[in-house]
Order: sequence, then C-alpha cells, then structure tokens
Amino acid sequence: MSEIRNYTMNFGPQHPAAHGVLRLVLELDGEQVVRADPHIGLLHRGTEKLAESKPFNQTVPYVDRMDYVSMMCSEHAYVRAVEKLLGIEAPIRAQYIRTMFDEITRIGNHMLWIGSSGIDLGAMTVFLYAFREREMTIDMYEAVSGARMHANYYRPGGVYRDLPDEVPLYKETRWSKGKDLKRKNEWREGTLLDFIEAFARDFPSKVDEYETLLTDNRIWKQRTVGIGVLSPERALQLGCSGPMLRGSGVEWDLRKKQPYAMYHEMDFDIPVGINGDCYDRYLVRIEELRQSARIILQCVEWLRANPGSVMLKNFKVIPPTREEMKEDMEALIHHFKLFTEGYSVPMGETYQAVEAPKGEFGCYMVSDGANKPYRVHFRAPGFVHLSAMDELVKGHMLADVVAMMGTLDIVFGEVDR
Amino acid sequence: MIEVSNSLSDQLAACFGERITIEEGGTGITTIKVGVDDWQDVAQTLRDDPRFAFSQLTDLCGVDYLGFGQEEWETHDATSSGFSRGVEGLGPGRFNWQERPEASEIEQRFRVVVHLMSISKNMRLRMSTFAADEGMPVVPSLVEIWNSANWYERETFDMFGIVFEGHPDLRRILTDYGFTGHPFRKDFPLIGNVAVRYDEEKGRVVYEPVEIEPRVLVPRVIRDDSRYTADDIDQAANEAADSLSPGAE
Repeated sequence: MSEIRNYTMNFGPQHPAAHGVLRLVLELDGEQVVRADPHIGLLHRGTEKLAESKPFNQTVPYVDRMDYVSMMCSEHAYVRAVEKLLGIEAPIRAQYIRTMFDEITRIGNHMLWIGSSGIDLGAMTVFLYAFREREMTIDMYEAVSGARMHANYYRPGGVYRDLPDEVPLYKETRWSKGKDLKRKNEWREGTLLDFIEAFARDFPSKVDEYETLLTDNRIWKQRTVGIGVLSPERALQLGCSGPMLRGSGVEWDLRKKQPYAMYHEMDFDIPVGINGDCYDRYLVRIEELRQSARIILQCVEWLRANPGSVMLKNFKVIPPTREEMKEDMEALIHHFKLFTEGYSVPMGETYQAVEAPKGEFGCYMVSDGANKPYRVHFRAPGFVHLSAMDELVKGHMLADVVAMMGTLDIVFGEVDR
Repeated sequence: MIEVSNSLSDQLAACFGERITIEEGGTGITTIKVGVDDWQDVAQTLRDDPRFAFSQLTDLCGVDYLGFGQEEWETHDATSSGFSRGVEGLGPGRFNWQERPEASEIEQRFRVVVHLMSISKNMRLRMSTFAADEGMPVVPSLVEIWNSANWYERETFDMFGIVFEGHPDLRRILTDYGFTGHPFRKDFPLIGNVAVRYDEEKGRVVYEPVEIEPRVLVPRVIRDDSRYTADDIDQAANEAADSLSPGAE
C-alpha cells in the first residue's frame, strides 16, 4: 500500500497570476489546498526608511510607487498627514481636484483589476475592453501632471498646478489617420475638464459592456460564486477594508463615514455585497465604477464654476512661482531655503487615512520638529488582505487560488513597501 | 467628531483609571499610553466592552526613539564651522555597516503603536506602549485578540527586532532569507549591509558588502522659531503674497 502524502508546491515568484512578485508556498492534498504560506518582501524597497532621510516634499514621488496602480490615492494620504501636522489646509479648489482625481484613480485601478482578474479566470476580452478606458484615465494623469503613472501631483498645501486648458492629442500615424484619428481625438479637443466630463458621461455605458461580458457569464460565475466566502465578523477580525469588507456586507466606506477632501459634498452610494464571495466583491467593484463616474461629474461641475487658487500662498511651505522669484528677493530666499532644507514640521504624530481603491490606505507620521519625518508608516490594504490569504484559500481547489488572488486586488508595491 | 472624542476619553479614564495615560492630540485621534504589562488586558477590554467595541485593528507598527529630537545642523547659535556641519551627522544615512554605532542604552527606545477602529461607533483610537528591555525588547502579542495583528507583528519584529510574546508564527516577513539585523532601527545604515548580484562564473547569486558610500544631502534641522506658529505665518505669508501678485486673487 502506498503512503499518502501532502504535496508542497511553489507558486511564484514568477507567475503571471501572482500579480507581481509573490511566492506562495502551497501545501496540497490532491488538488485541495491545505495551507498557503505567502512569502513576500521581494519588492521591499524600504520606502519608510528612505522617507526618514528626506525632507517632507521629496517623499511624495516615493509614495506614488507604493500602490503603483492607484498613485494619487497614496499621495493623498501622505500629503494629508503632512498638512495635518503643519496645521494647514489646501484651498477648496485643490480639494475638489483631489476628490476628482481620487475617483479617476479608482476607475483606473478597477479597470486594471477587472482586466487582470478576467484574464486569470480565462476571460481575455474583458482585458482589452478595460484597458481601452484605463488608457484614458492615464491620459488624464498625463495631461495634468506630465507623467502617465507616477504623477507626483498632490503636494502638501494643494496640488502642483491648475487643470490645463488642453489635452495632448493623438498624432497621425500610418495606422491611425483620417476618420479613426478624428474619433480618437474627439473628446480631447477642449480643455481637460471637457475631456473628463465626456469620459465620465460615457463611462457607465462602458461598464454595461463589461457587465454583458461577465455578470451573467456562466464560466465567470462558476469560478467566482461561493468561492472565498468571508463572513462580516471574520472580515473585521482579519482587518479587511474597502471592497473586501463591503463585499461581506459591512457598510463601511471612509468617504462616507469619515469624509475627507470634498466627499461630504458629494452625492453617491456605497454598494454592499450579501454573500461575501468573489462574485459579490466583483459586483461591488463594478458598482463603485458607476458611483465614481457620478462623483467625477459633480466635481467637474463645481470646478467649471469656481476658478481659483490650487495652492496655498504660504511661502514658508509652498515655493514661490518663478515670476515672483525674479522680482522679489524674499521670494528667492524662501525658494532657496525650501529646496535646500525644506520646512520644519512641528513635533507630533498623526494618522491620516483615505479610501483608496483597494481599501483603507493610511499614513502614520511621527515628527520631532525636524525638516524630515522621524518615522513614517504606511498602512497598505494589500498587506492586510494578503495576510488573510491562508484562511481564504484553505479547503479550496488549486485553481481557486488564482480566483482568490484576483479578488484580493493586491499590488506588491504596497504590500512590500 | 470632537464631542465623540471627548466622551471617548472620559469613558477610557473611567474604565482604566491609572493604568493608561490619555493624550488628546491636536491631530485628531485620541491616544492612550499603556504599560507593557497591561497591554493585552487593555486591548481585550477595548475590543469586548460595548462602550468601545474596537472591532478592528487597522494598523500596528514600531518606532525606534534612538536619536529622537537630535539635529545635524546647529541653528540656534552662530558657529565657526562651515559647510561640513551639513554633511556630517549621526543619522542612519551617515554611516555604513562597519561604522554603525554601538547600540545605545536609552530608556524607552522601542515603542509599538496600534491604531484601532470601531465600526459600530465610527471612531478611532491610537494605543501605544514602550517595550520593556532595549537589549531584547518584548511586547505581548495581540494576534489572539485581533487576527490582523499577525503580519503586522511579524513586520515589526523583522524591521525593529521587537519580539511579540505569544505570536504563533514569528518569522521574518519582508527581508531576505537569512538576513542579519533589523533595518528600520536607527543604528542600521540607510545604504544597507549586503548587495546581491548574479555571478556569471559561479553560476549563482552571490552576496557582497555594499559598495556605495553613505550620502545624504540635506542635513536634519530642527527649527521651532516663531515662524511656525500657524496664525503668524498664514497672515504674514498671505500679505506678502498678495502684495506681490495683485492681479492673481
């Protein structure tokens, strides 16, 4: 009689469904997962330690690289922590711009999520559809900050600059010309706000398209319904936040419960799941897309009607403009001090969280009164969600591990920091 | 929000009395300081008592207080030393692995900070404790009370060497297999210790001491002069800015 043994298998670090550099040690009994032990840290860059050796401003681009799929939301948590310690607040127009770009980021993030987890479960078409719209959110990033991903756009005290009056247009190439080129550039001929509005008005119809591909899709439902069920009690115990928590039926959204930026002015709904399985989390995220489009339209309307400053006028924290420096020696001195030394932040500690697309992204900051933070810690939703992996996949089939990985929506930039 | 916080600190004081110190920070969240011996007890009560109902642990991290409040550039008096004031100093970006300072004996070096959230009451609480012994700092584990503490405690152990007593699986999590030292301690160099590369001749990955020089450009400076009292700056800076650009506003 042969001996029956469990089988230990390595999943990753180089695996297309691992969504990054995850090494997952799986103990299998036949095809059933007995234990999952994620080994992380392959992308650990020590951002928190690096931040301790840099003036406050210089950490903003590093924060972009934490969750590199929802860049501006991570920035938002960081700049809010610095602002809180400094005791300053961004102008109201900057707050609206932040709210709008947080939602654009959410759409971009969920587009990547729906595309990649679609591919994981064998739905190739969704990926192509989703990246069509994701491209536009990235174009918005580019128009506003010059960078397509790592925007470095939010600053303590506001945002780097006001929304531009023009959007880069597609150029004529051999493959894209004439009518096709005209169609591509149709939305981009006005200001950035025109582009964003046209996008947000049209976007719900695009969400319908994804839904025709997935929501009633037999294969998609077979792979997700009843998989990875998480009860509300366990979800709270395991520290879940964002769509993971809402998918389990807990109505909790920081944008509503502890509003920041301009979310208290916005009219939107929080979608909540019932069963807490992968399918419910999918439905929650799909509904979030529609709600994001709603919020964006409200922001666009306000931003059109209310021009104004997007940065504080406080030369002790915010550098003066180039023109001001040419005319005024004081401004020049301020500029010099800000870029060689930075600003000192009063002693204290704070924790500021935002509802990032993946869940609660928080920034805990301790300052001892210096021009560099004494300690920064980032609370990344992905880190906590991945720690629940073992419990979620236990007893499931090997193929369901991939479905679980998709539904967690993890990005290793934030898990490893 | 403020009313909620106030009544929370009253209730905390009523419930725990002498065992905790309450700080009403100006930065939003009520903070309590707990002795390391009461750590688990207080946590258990905070979770189970219906007055608090902190059902979720959102965040746990360590802080190393070695060199807290030290600056690298004298700003209060004039000194005769020149530029070198700015490029020499004590911070982790100033030395390499061989030159790292001896572990200093300071009281209350390692602090563990926990952020709790009560979903039903919609409030947050920060709870912190200092580890008992700096040589081998030990803090009781919270995994049994909030399961989400599991990886956070592993991370804090990895980064600071704080041992969580009673943790079911206290392994390193973020650093490499076989790593030496605890990278987020203030006496660990910023440039690190070893570098890895693939060696063509040996046909495998090799570990070597790092070659880069420690180099931090901006000195650490503490300024607490009157410029930074909020009202003054706002007013002065706004006036200055307005007079500069009359057409802007």
